[in-house]
Amino acid sequence: MTRQDAFILSFRTVVSYRLRAILILLAMALGVAAVVVLTALGDGARRFVMNQFTALGTNLIIIIPGRSETAGGFIGALVGETPRDLTLEDAASLTALPGVRRFAPLNVGLSEISAGGLLREVTLAGSTASLLAIRRMRLAQGSFTADNGPNPAEAVLGAKIAHELFPTGNALGQRIRLGDRRFRVAGIFAMQGESMGINTDELVLIPFDHAQALFNTQSLFRIMVEAESRSAIESTKKVIRVALKLRHDGEEDVTIIGQDAILATFDKILRALTLAVSGIAAISLAVAGILVMNVMLVAVSQRTTEIGLLKAIGATHTDIRNLFLLETLWLAVAGAVVGIILGYLGSLGLRLAYPQLPAYPPIWASLAAIATALVTGIAASILPASKAARLNPVLALSRR
Amino acid sequence: MIALTAISRIFTMGDQEVRALNNINLTIAPGAYVSVMGPSGSGKSTLLNLIGLLDQPTSGTYLLENIDVTLLSETDQARVRRERIGFIFQSFHLIPRLTAAENIELPLILDGIPSAERKKRVRAILQQTNLLERADHRPSELSGGQRQRVAIARATILNPAVLLADEPTGNLDHKTGAEVIALLENLHRQGTTIITVTHDREIGARAHRKIQMRDGEVVSDD
Repeated sequence: MTRQDAFILSFRTVVSYRLRAILILLAMALGVAAVVVLTALGDGARRFVMNQFTALGTNLIIIIPGRSETAGGFIGALVGETPRDLTLEDAASLTALPGVRRFAPLNVGLSEISAGGLLREVTLAGSTASLLAIRRMRLAQGSFTADNGPNPAEAVLGAKIAHELFPTGNALGQRIRLGDRRFRVAGIFAMQGESMGINTDELVLIPFDHAQALFNTQSLFRIMVEAESRSAIESTKKVIRVALKLRHDGEEDVTIIGQDAILATFDKILRALTLAVSGIAAISLAVAGILVMNVMLVAVSQRTTEIGLLKAIGATHTDIRNLFLLETLWLAVAGAVVGIILGYLGSLGLRLAYPQLPAYPPIWASLAAIATALVTGIAASILPASKAARLNPVLALSRR
Repeated sequence: MIALTAISRIFTMGDQEVRALNNINLTIAPGAYVSVMGPSGSGKSTLLNLIGLLDQPTSGTYLLENIDVTLLSETDQARVRRERIGFIFQSFHLIPRLTAAENIELPLILDGIPSAERKKRVRAILQQTNLLERADHRPSELSGGQRQRVAIARATILNPAVLLADEPTGNLDHKTGAEVIALLENLHRQGTTIITVTHDREIGARAHRKIQMRDGEVVSDD
């Protein structure tokens, strides 16, 4: 039997058992679609987080007082000892360093805000106007002009805070009280929602010198630095480390985190997550494979007399085995194609339902899904096909 | 030429041995017309399956055209079945999803003959067997006699030396049975060896050589 004839003959068999073909195809297609959609979801989540980080501000370097010996991340920094405070002088010294475009000192704390008899607790940030540029914060109204000080007592309110304290009128220019200090509302944040744990809608920003007075401290919580370019982040980090070490009597007591280090960590975690999710989806493909094996075994016993006849008219073991293998191959190929189509439609649906989630299926996942479908299909048909090939023709034909 | 020497075929059923064929010695000349008769369980179907290489003897030698075919590999035996032997069954054994023409074409496909050549040969044999207008019908749309004619066309399309018929008229009424027998006898006149296993005395009597079997042995041969 020529290869072409084997392909045609097996294809015709597949087509003639329509219900069986559709069911197997569906099982295969759902498995493939699951892999495609779930990887799209995982990869979409990764890109979503990456976008969030970029929204933090680009080329960001964060300087945290204290140093923990364990490498990386926030956690070490949070539990680290603080032998020496970060000061405004430390921050100001960075301006002259190569690679530093701008910096902003940052203090963060909780405070009570009150105006016109209304009172609530807010997250208070103290910084300079540079923070707005570094963190990509936008003002809807007014302005914030704080520099290294001393600064006038002005505050920028989050949109939600402004609305709560001044439900009836314009907050701009009004007087508010933060703790025991009075401020004038100089600006209002644009609605931006939450980004990496900071919600500007519920934030109050004041000049850092007033924040230090309010919190009764001389030190800084963080120094935010914007490097001149992404490629300059690494070198700038080094320069800052050396400069601060010099200022701190040769002691390296700050933690410097580049944005790309955080990005890389999250990237790694989310890639692993995507792989895990697609692995789970691949299990459904394996289940489909077992279904295929089951259906093909039934097909072999249903078509026993046909197999006996093919042997009687001169089909070899190989001919019969190939015919059954090709049958499943057709189904697996069709299932993979339909599955890819379903998967891409599903991902499109996800993107339409959640526009902020860039759920595009990665190419590698689609290829892996197709390959898995084909391998599973063929593996599942080896047993039924060789069973068919080994059938005793006399017994096969004696079944009426 | 078929030469069976001391052929035995023993089946084991549980702990019991069944001698389906017991020391058969038989020579069938090329172009012979042979009928094999006997009661159920006499071994006549086993004999036919052995001659058709669907079954292997437990002992003895089987020469087909001077080749000991029992020693051939599985693939070579399949080739012999394909090219030298034709089978006809009581229940036709047509593949239900294929048309008459496609059923007839199957042995040609298995033999690797190119498509254009196949179509030509199938058309020719459809014409000979008077099935041309039924070519595109599936077996379920054919009468019993037509089905058996399709089966005969399929068995003979590669011009086999031997045609083995196992109760070829068993599922047919008397008239269509006679038509099928006439078709077989026509093939015999063209030189094909015909071996028919049958219960029907009348059909058995038409053969030139009549073999009677009982309990796995040949009891009369004339």
